[in-house]
Amino acid sequence: MSRTESKLSRRNFLKSSALAGGGLMISFSWLVSCNSKREEALGLPEEWFELNGFLKIGDNGLVTIMAPNPEFGQNVTTSLPMIIGEELDVDWNKVIVEQAKFNTDVFTRQFAGGSQSVRQGWVNGLREAGAAAKYMLKEAAAKQWGVSASDITTKEGVLSHVASGNSAGYGEMASLAVGIEIPETLELKKPSELTLVGTARKNVRGKDIVTGKPMFGIDYEEEGMLIAMIIHPPAFGMRLKSFDATTAKQMSGIKEVFTITSFPNDEPRGYFSTDAFTETVVVVGNTTWEVMQAKKAVRVEWEQSPATQITTAGFGGTQQVTVPAGLENSTDHYRLMQQMAARPGRIERRDGNPEAAFKKAAKVIERTYTAPFLAHNAMEPMNFFARVTDDMVHLAGPLQAPEFAEQAVANRLGVPLEKVDIKMTRMGGGFGRRAYDHYVVEAALISRHMKAPVKLVYTREDDMTNGIYRPSYHATYRAALDENNNLIAFHAKAGGIPESPLHANRFPAGAVENYLAESWQIDSNITVGAFRAPRSNFIAGAEQSFLDEVAEAAGKDPIEFRLELLKRARENPVGDRNDYEADRYAGVLELVREKSNWDQPEEGVSRGVSAYFCHNSYVAHVLDVEMEGGEPRVKKVTCAVDCGIVINPLAAANMVEGAVVDGIGHSLYSYLTFNNGATEQNNFNRYRMIRHSEAPETIDVHFVKNDIAPTGLGEPPFPPVFAAVANALYKATGKRHYNQPYMVQQQISLG
Amino acid sequence: MASFQLQINGENRAVNVDPNTPLLWVLRDHLSLKGTKYGCGIAQCGACTVHLNGTAVRSCSIPVSAIGNQPITTIEGLSENGDHSVQKAWVELDVAQCGYCQPGQMMSAAALLKANPNPTDEQIASSLNGNLCRCGTYLRIKQAVKKAATL
Repeated sequence: MSRTESKLSRRNFLKSSALAGGGLMISFSWLVSCNSKREEALGLPEEWFELNGFLKIGDNGLVTIMAPNPEFGQNVTTSLPMIIGEELDVDWNKVIVEQAKFNTDVFTRQFAGGSQSVRQGWVNGLREAGAAAKYMLKEAAAKQWGVSASDITTKEGVLSHVASGNSAGYGEMASLAVGIEIPETLELKKPSELTLVGTARKNVRGKDIVTGKPMFGIDYEEEGMLIAMIIHPPAFGMRLKSFDATTAKQMSGIKEVFTITSFPNDEPRGYFSTDAFTETVVVVGNTTWEVMQAKKAVRVEWEQSPATQITTAGFGGTQQVTVPAGLENSTDHYRLMQQMAARPGRIERRDGNPEAAFKKAAKVIERTYTAPFLAHNAMEPMNFFARVTDDMVHLAGPLQAPEFAEQAVANRLGVPLEKVDIKMTRMGGGFGRRAYDHYVVEAALISRHMKAPVKLVYTREDDMTNGIYRPSYHATYRAALDENNNLIAFHAKAGGIPESPLHANRFPAGAVENYLAESWQIDSNITVGAFRAPRSNFIAGAEQSFLDEVAEAAGKDPIEFRLELLKRARENPVGDRNDYEADRYAGVLELVREKSNWDQPEEGVSRGVSAYFCHNSYVAHVLDVEMEGGEPRVKKVTCAVDCGIVINPLAAANMVEGAVVDGIGHSLYSYLTFNNGATEQNNFNRYRMIRHSEAPETIDVHFVKNDIAPTGLGEPPFPPVFAAVANALYKATGKRHYNQPYMVQQQISLG
Repeated sequence: MASFQLQINGENRAVNVDPNTPLLWVLRDHLSLKGTKYGCGIAQCGACTVHLNGTAVRSCSIPVSAIGNQPITTIEGLSENGDHSVQKAWVELDVAQCGYCQPGQMMSAAALLKANPNPTDEQIASSLNGNLCRCGTYLRIKQAVKKAATL
């Protein structure tokens, strides 16, 4: 048995049990109402017994498990409770899952991002929560039966003592288990003992979703709630000058028009408090349609902003940032990036003597890759609910980073953290966008001003034009081959607006004797932030497209070429700061080679391969494409994934499928451009997203089987798609694609 | 403001709203039927799809005054107990990720199956092409439509 320290969990469990008094837990009815049908079907218990903050057991054996983390489609509402339930040995058919509130007293890291929910949950308390409750139940039964707890076994919600013939359901022992002290260390299961983890379980919210239950932030309502919308400047680099709401205020259903300042320039901002348009005009009214109409009737004058100094609190401490003035254009962006790429960059890593190696090379290949800004376009537009009273700040809505939002709201409103209460609703997508908290602060400020419950809603146009976008990127790669086609030097130089996508210590660093990695960036007043697999979502496509071309120049099979490099990295690595395990990297390539029948492709099918490691998981794709009337048609994608132990194979495969479709769409079709600071796309009529007819016919997902602690899947399958598409297109058309999105003929960055 | 009598999910519902108000906002704000979703407001994403007289339409772009006595079905009224063949197939195949677009996808699928009980892959794709999904659930949607055709 593996053993684990449970001091942290113990403290949290005790605190929560004390709060709830071991008895009935008060639930928040709006979210719980989603479960009513299922609860009724299972038969409600007379009484619930809370064994710790993560779970409660009914006297009839029903178990309620809290889903601690925000849900945005990564299915943690099912997978995290499965981890808890595994250690408790529950009967999954008797489990009800409840979305936890944001509560740092009980839960750690209630955050959706970085593909970390499963990875961190596995090591930070979820298993202990289940194991602690099981320990308490066993102790209770041992006392009741007068036997030793160590002789009691548990299976699917039943405690058994074989020698005495005693057995009891968890419901029968729950009341006796309340308050039993748990030891300093708890026994956790070995991988071979897992029975629930590793089984395919359907989304516990499946029925609620298909019946249209109100579960998203935009569905949230409270008695007397008003609707608010904001009017923000029409372009980055502009700010509010004045407004006239005389007409708007007289319109039907309109309560008030006023301005708010989300983050004053002279106050330090939190890590996720990115916001280009801090001063906005707010329109508040009774219904969404009325507010939308009044919004159009407000006359607003805008002016160009001067350069502005702000203080931000990053993970590396606070820093002064100058937001430049000016109205930016995509055409200038591309020219500036070319200029920067031609200058020496900031050296991030240097192995051997790359300059000398390039000089003596038999063959040098150099290629440049670019990608545009992207908007997140979560299907649920940005929104948040707030009810600010003299005593409390009540917040509810879709957000990825409640701990940061709580801090931001507390700071801005000048209230202590404990006066801020956050309900996390299901999110209609997030992809990084809902990690930022300006819209939460906006909702709170509006409610405080109105002294009423308010739901702030962004129109799709507000959402797309007031974004925190995926940056625009640029990367130039050079490779040197000797006369025997060995890769003797590798040079990556990457930058972007306003950040570099470079990961200097990732593959092929460590696999090449002479290696140089350089970064640069260009300042901008366009706000950027996390977008599904930040930085990796571009650099993987560039790097893996380039390696395909280098393999071809070396006359090698692209999978074999990568495996040779990984063999070098494993047996004789260059440097000691290589951010990947060569074995696991090679493992997904070998698996995808086998499963895609790489060595015997079907006739008429053009295929590309790509592999990447980011956010702790390894993924390789082989993508089959056919051209139909000049348009690519992706026939099949074969995926090999190493994310350690797979918690829920059904949901895991769904995540990979979704990321593949998302990746194909963004590599082929999507882009956001700027003209005088304004986005040229503001809704789905101009911003192209992948649609049904463009999705692959088949996606075949395979997982490497191992006993390694689980890692996440929200991001890792996404970045390698871009190069699998480019490499397959090359095979189909003979044309290499260097500029995303590939199906836009004229490089979009050129305007 | 004007009064309208709407037939929604088999019930008569009265609302008093601006005649230009799109059906979407009447459903969501006035009748508290939140299953129909707002995605774009310009009939480009399909999140707001409902049935009008049995046909799939974008409720964000139909003013309430244009409806008259045509019956409306929303996701809440697709079946009594959430057991329409499309709903069963969606659960069976674990289609949803975030789930936000799925009511619209299902309303489009249900209308397709009513008109064409055994659609081909191409017919499914073209009928549902107006329904966006950023999570990328398109393959399972296609499989679920085919599954629903057999239920």
